[in-house]
Amino acid sequence: MGTLLKDFWYIFRNNIRDYGMYIALAGIFIFFTLMTGGLFVSSRNIFNLIQQTGFIAVGSVGMTLIIVIRHIDLSVGSIAGVVGAMAAVLIVSYGVPAAVALPSVLIFGALAGLLTGYLVAKVGIPAFVASLGGMFVYRGLIFNFLQSTGTLGINDPIIEAIGRGTIPSLATVFGMQLSSLIIGILAIGWLIYSELSNRQKKIAYNFEVLPKNLMIVKLVFMSIIIAVITYVLGSYRGISWVLVIVGIVLFAYHFMTTKTILGRHIFAVGGNPEASELSGISVEKITYFVFSSMGFLSALSGIMYLARLQSATFTAGEGLELQVIAGAFVGGTSAAGGIGKVTGSVIGALVMASLINGMQMLSLGSNIQNIISGVVLVLAVIFDVKTRNMKKTEKKS
Amino acid sequence: MPPYPYGGNHMSTSTLLKMNHITKTFPGVKALDDVSFSVEAGSIHFIVGENGAGKSTLMKVLSGIHAYGSYEGDIEFDGEVRAFHRIDDSEKAGLVIINQELALIPEMTVYENIFLAHEVSTNGVIDWNETIHRSSEELKRVQLNINPGLKVKDLNVGQQQLVEIAKALSKKVKLLILDEPTAALNENDSERLLNLLVELKAQGITCIMISHKLKETIIADRVTVMRDGKTISTLEKDDIDEARIIKDMVGRSINDIYPKRPPYEAGDVVLEVKGLTAFNHRTDKTVAKNVGFQLHRGEVLGLAGLMGAGRSEIALSIFGNPKKYSMELEMTMMGEHVQFKHPSEAIKKGLFYVSEDRKAEGLVLKKDVKENVTLSNLHKISNRFVIDKNAEIRSAKEYVDHMNVKTPSLEQLVYYLSGGNQQKVAISKALFVGPKILILDEPTRGIDVGAKYEIYTLINQLIEEGMSIIMISSELPELLAMSDRLLVVAEGEIKKELHKDEFSPETVMTYATS
Ligand SMILES: Nc1ncnc2c1ncn2[C@@H]1O[C@H](COP(=O)(O)OP(=O)(O)OP(=O)(O)O)[C@@H](O)[C@H]1O
Ligand SMILES: [Mg+2]
Repeated sequence: MGTLLKDFWYIFRNNIRDYGMYIALAGIFIFFTLMTGGLFVSSRNIFNLIQQTGFIAVGSVGMTLIIVIRHIDLSVGSIAGVVGAMAAVLIVSYGVPAAVALPSVLIFGALAGLLTGYLVAKVGIPAFVASLGGMFVYRGLIFNFLQSTGTLGINDPIIEAIGRGTIPSLATVFGMQLSSLIIGILAIGWLIYSELSNRQKKIAYNFEVLPKNLMIVKLVFMSIIIAVITYVLGSYRGISWVLVIVGIVLFAYHFMTTKTILGRHIFAVGGNPEASELSGISVEKITYFVFSSMGFLSALSGIMYLARLQSATFTAGEGLELQVIAGAFVGGTSAAGGIGKVTGSVIGALVMASLINGMQMLSLGSNIQNIISGVVLVLAVIFDVKTRNMKKTEKKS
Repeated sequence: MPPYPYGGNHMSTSTLLKMNHITKTFPGVKALDDVSFSVEAGSIHFIVGENGAGKSTLMKVLSGIHAYGSYEGDIEFDGEVRAFHRIDDSEKAGLVIINQELALIPEMTVYENIFLAHEVSTNGVIDWNETIHRSSEELKRVQLNINPGLKVKDLNVGQQQLVEIAKALSKKVKLLILDEPTAALNENDSERLLNLLVELKAQGITCIMISHKLKETIIADRVTVMRDGKTISTLEKDDIDEARIIKDMVGRSINDIYPKRPPYEAGDVVLEVKGLTAFNHRTDKTVAKNVGFQLHRGEVLGLAGLMGAGRSEIALSIFGNPKKYSMELEMTMMGEHVQFKHPSEAIKKGLFYVSEDRKAEGLVLKKDVKENVTLSNLHKISNRFVIDKNAEIRSAKEYVDHMNVKTPSLEQLVYYLSGGNQQKVAISKALFVGPKILILDEPTRGIDVGAKYEIYTLINQLIEEGMSIIMISSELPELLAMSDRLLVVAEGEIKKELHKDEFSPETVMTYATS
């Protein structure tokens, strides 16, 4: 047992940067749970929290890559707004089916992002300015689309599902939704399988692996967390489509950044643009890609927001870019470039949303909410900067 | 003639590369002027020449960094005429260049760097296990015994250089081009690198190497000398001789590499350092331990030692501690007790430090020559807060002329100057402040014999004007020739003080490695 603790401490110390955010999130959860007499972790509130976080988390994923390549995108909120308005007008005023309207506006978002990317990479103006221009232009376009009405209500089954729906429950067992239960079990199974197969491959190459007992502790711990989440969600309304969308985006981007050449090149460009160019990577192409991806995700975020409100408004998405940027920074993305994790940014967005949610439950005024959010944002980045240069300790055998 | 002119047996006599009548112009500079150049397969071919002679430009033309079409002339490589538009084109052909500026991503691991831009993958998905495995193999080939999972920023320059070579080897290289690979390496690491090149040659890899360290030509099969954008001569193995090379490089013979030092008479003490102890939190290391010394007026005090011994750290601690070490220090300058909280305070009192890393710390590369020269003392050319642009041009011109900086204009970005000329700008910047004490950290790193001579002459001249200089150098011969007194540093401590009559390379090395 002694060596187990020692191994654990060694791994913890060397990865404190990665774990910091999870610890902060756990801290916030414990604090508000105590303050609200358990209401904060009720199934209902957790469900709501996910609905509130979803459209920000999606944006934070895209913003992570933007910040990694040392740029910024301020047009996120306006693109989200204009995309919502466009979708609403297409569906309501022109009767276009949602199944056609939604992919079209997603493509619009990607093209809008590509345009910003072009201005940055080819024309060579700072991303701050290019996207600030975009922010005004798209905000203006919203007025064109919505014209005098100001808001445009929308009543469509697909939009309804994206905003409020959950995946079909199939049946109810032990007071839980069967579909959620199945997904929970599959997730645990997949977790164990991927961990083991990974370990197998590493052993085949003679690489270092986690000590066996520590791996078991890790698997048990993570399985419990998944089980708890499954229980909390499954005993209420089940898994929402919002969670499914965030899950897919997160998985795709996590895979792209950690496993693919494209991901590698994005981080290389962020880490040292000159060296990347000399290594044969086209900084220009990477910039195009990252900005279009941001535009695409802004549009997705806009659709999720539209669906949440079930109507398009002038103010939709206002300030979203800043929440998205906050999520990315709290999640450990570095403005110096080349450092960041999409998983971190999603957790970062969740940290910020939990704070707001918790403070609202405690009926704190929005003045206090803003002050605390600001302080937490800065503290998170201070923690990040301070732990970044911490020297890794050698393993004492 | 057979379609493929060089079969296995005749490796040593076949031509791998031919560059014909290459001309390359930049705005205001003709960097290459009708250069023809060829390299035999399986040989080590050196290119030497003064700063700005066009060596790096020739190699950039060859490797497609300067794209086909941006120069005149043609390139035949491996039996075909080539038109490389990007660096990846030349890499596909088996030609890999390691630039003067290392192309590694500091935040990434060694294995990520080795396979950067040619990842081990299927359908765009990287196989990390295989990547790590193959990286270890390549690291073995360059005899670098480190964990491939380390981040590049945690390696020293010598190790980084070997990682670059491992990266090149992983690309199935036929022709390896190294642009001043040993400029930032110490003697041991340099020797290791040269041995490695000889070994690679035995494995059939051809190599072009650029260097200012002429003694390294010992491993060369051929040496080509360049001057003013032209090739002057190509020496065969048996004719390689340093004096001959120098003569071709500078266009005249240089008899003494070091100008005569005026005899030194001890002046007043201008700087006294006592009990300097400094701790670097970032690396968790004590970088200076109870260091104390005196510096006299008109003296060149040399700091000798191996790389990483703590010489730069000592200098930085004195110079207002920009790296924020925790430290203790008692210091008097010109008889006055001083405590600098920031380099700006040190500069105000007449102490200036010229960094060993001119690109990262010494200069603002994306600014022009005149702005760099005046940067540290803008008051001198300002009326209160407003910079007098005319005064700026006038003063900058004075220094640029005095230092003999080769630049097409004062408005040229420092980024585009050759290494030696960048160094001269860095020193001009120091002199513009009018310091009484100057710390020169590796002032001749990566610069040619001619420019070195000029810098030595300048040092003598400054001394005669009453300045005092602390000189840090890893080139022992230069340090022995230029210093009036030596402090040998190892592990952050002063191990020995040597006076002129006790100078010898052996003594220094004994204490440096103690
Ligand atoms: N991109 C550029 N734009 C403008 N001028 C340039 C550029 N690159 C090089 N030059 C100029 O071309 C000339 C040749 O430079 P080059 O870098 O090839 O010299 P070098 O022989 O490698 O010198 P060093 O030994 O100092 O590295 C110099 O006068 C330099 O200022
Ligand atoms: Mg060069």
